[in-house]
Amino acid sequence: MFNPNRLRALPALALALAAGSARADEGYVSVPAGKMASVLARDANEAPTAVASFSMRATPVTQGEYLRFVTAHPEWRRGRAPKTFTDPGYLQDWRSPLALADAGATQRPVTNVSWFAAQAYCEAEGARLPTWSEWELVAAADATRRDARADPAWLARILGWYARPAQALLPAVGSAPNLYGVRDVHGLVWEWVDDFNALLVSGDSRSADDADKLKFCGAGAINLQDKQNYAVLMRIALLSSLKASDSTGSLGFRCVRPLSP
Amino acid sequence: MNPNTTRRTLCALALFAATTGAALAAPPAPGDSIYQLDVPLTDQDGRPLALDAHRGQPILVSMFYTSCKFVCPMLVDTIRDTTMALSEAERARLNVLIVSFDPAKDSVPVLKKAAEQRSIDARRWALARTDAAHTRKLAAVLGIQYRAVGNGDFNHTTALILLDSEGRIAGRSTRLGKADAAFVKLVRQALKQAAPN
Repeated sequence: MFNPNRLRALPALALALAAGSARADEGYVSVPAGKMASVLARDANEAPTAVASFSMRATPVTQGEYLRFVTAHPEWRRGRAPKTFTDPGYLQDWRSPLALADAGATQRPVTNVSWFAAQAYCEAEGARLPTWSEWELVAAADATRRDARADPAWLARILGWYARPAQALLPAVGSAPNLYGVRDVHGLVWEWVDDFNALLVSGDSRSADDADKLKFCGAGAINLQDKQNYAVLMRIALLSSLKASDSTGSLGFRCVRPLSP
Repeated sequence: MNPNTTRRTLCALALFAATTGAALAAPPAPGDSIYQLDVPLTDQDGRPLALDAHRGQPILVSMFYTSCKFVCPMLVDTIRDTTMALSEAERARLNVLIVSFDPAKDSVPVLKKAAEQRSIDARRWALARTDAAHTRKLAAVLGIQYRAVGNGDFNHTTALILLDSEGRIAGRSTRLGKADAAFVKLVRQALKQAAPN
């Protein structure tokens, strides 16, 4: 059936395809299984967290890529996505539901997207959001080491990003890759993770006399272990403060999927 | 009518029919409704259950896992206490849905056993499960946090959530033990606002 909306979307689609293809080629890189001491440790179980192998997008999803997604999935366009899944800030920096702010935006990371929108994008390419552990494993690496977190110079470099005032426009994706070939893990945007809303769940539920304690159930609290790693702790604090429909101008995402055999 | 409008109307109708399935009478759920989320649930009897199956009436929704020894039994007792604070006529219209955080272990037989052990009223209550990805999404729309802690247990927030007849969050209680009087009042209001079925 002829759909007049589709006709209007065509120029935007062509633009998105032309602009987004370079990045799409770069695609996913593989991350082998690993073990790491997470900054989130469990009080009953301080053994290293085991993470199975996966493949991860080398860069955060760009605005050009996200434009292609909303072109193909009208239900996720600004103004159409339901309130349950998006807040009023959703894609607010775009000129219109199918137009980015300017030509340079195609290579900038998409931000102002909710967790639901990010999940939907990843699902559309047969992927999902990374879990916190997957993200943290990748984020521990520098260019040559799987776990650079004990190096004060490396930590200081990451923290430098948080100390810089926010820029009006985010830079394009594609900074130097880490050991896995993953780029922009630090220094560009915050990133949604699948289990964003459970990172600071803590408390114990052994007595019935304290209403606050009763909000929680399970073996016990998750404690923050590596208190030196402020940069990562700040991520946890941010993610924990969000609802799944929230969006901010510095929060983007990337996707992961199983390693292809 | 101009042909463009006709086409657009037809498209809209086709889309409407596709999204609402057989329930042609029901308009789409409001934008701020939990029912925007499609969650393929299975109840304790192995029957498929749509999240919006009881649309038109309010419902109490919560999440738990059956191997939880302490809070989860209390959650069931608290929901029961909440429903017992209602009149019989009110209670007869209020459905209860409790979805597992732990789809890997909470299979249909496990849910069935839990339903029997806790003597839930199967006419109005459902203990249900879905896949891991939908579990995370449902928790996200409900504002419930959970995290596996590695030894079979989950850390999670416990909340009893009231959805109005259109699936919008109309109340939330985190009090366990006795029924929360303020919350019971909200349940009554939601029942009053919904047309009797």
